[in-house]
Amino acid sequence: MAAVATAVALTRDPLRQAMVASLYGLVLGVLFFAFEAPDVALSQTAVGAVALPLMVLLALAKVKAMETEDEAEERGE
Amino acid sequence: MTPKVRRYVFLVAGAGLFIYLIWGFSGLPDFGHYVGPYGDVLNKIAVPERSNTDIVTAVNFDYRAIDTLGEEFILFAAVVGVASLLRTLHDESSRDPHDDAPGRRVPETSLAIRVAGLGLVAPTVLVGIYVVLHGHQTPGGGFQGGVILATALLLTYLSADYMTMRRVGPTELIEAAEGAGAVGFVLIGLAGLIFGTTFFENVLGKGTPGQLDSAGLIPFSNVAVGLAVTGGFAFMLSEFLLQTLVRRGTSGGRKREGP
Repeated sequence: MAAVATAVALTRDPLRQAMVASLYGLVLGVLFFAFEAPDVALSQTAVGAVALPLMVLLALAKVKAMETEDEAEERGE
Repeated sequence: MTPKVRRYVFLVAGAGLFIYLIWGFSGLPDFGHYVGPYGDVLNKIAVPERSNTDIVTAVNFDYRAIDTLGEEFILFAAVVGVASLLRTLHDESSRDPHDDAPGRRVPETSLAIRVAGLGLVAPTVLVGIYVVLHGHQTPGGGFQGGVILATALLLTYLSADYMTMRRVGPTELIEAAEGAGAVGFVLIGLAGLIFGTTFFENVLGKGTPGQLDSAGLIPFSNVAVGLAVTGGFAFMLSEFLLQTLVRRGTSGGRKREGP
């Protein structure tokens, strides 16, 4: 758990970080399940492993699209 | 504040936080040594009183349902926030997705993702509905099942494309689900006020514990919250996806000259 959390903090590239954060969400879900809290484990897996990284990915896609747009404008297109 | 001063402030604050954290953690009861009375009380009375075999759901949708209503409206507020922040501004215009770098090779969605995604849609929907409907018996409920259902919509995007996703989950349907779920949950609360004495009083027959039609109003609350959560998450997903197709106007936005 602590190792995965450290890995999230140490990953500098946002794209990779989203993936590592997803793994962190999954591991945290398993931990909740192991500690007999299956309700929280379900929420955690769905939100931490899927929804949150997904929002980050979508935001990254938008940022990238804006960058390509700017580059295109600078080239005078 | 110079960086040096800032570092000192951080070091003092960080040290203080660390000491308090250690102090707090050392005072926690050992794992498995629960001290509070409420959990034990609920474990004893929830099943006979509410015919609800998942105590967590009994707490969420009955004993403290009004808190859950507040949480439900946190999500609602988030959805409203996304909708108003990401609305089409006057200097923005939608465009068809055109290739900004025509020369590059567009990676095809791999057949593995298409097949796996398509094959997973139906099971995901089924699991989502199961989790929502059995919230009062087994772990799960409206929130968990709702998020699972929303990911089914995402799977259609992964295995097909954005347009297919819009066809499967048109905005009108998503918004209707979100609204109906939110209103429905309030109405269930009001039903307690009308037919009973308090907001969210469980006025329906309790049934036999373990049966699908038991626990009174709790399954209905789960369905309402499930609808609202599915709608909310699906709405945010499709809004965020739509954003990648929106083009900023040339007149305003980030291009402004500095003062």
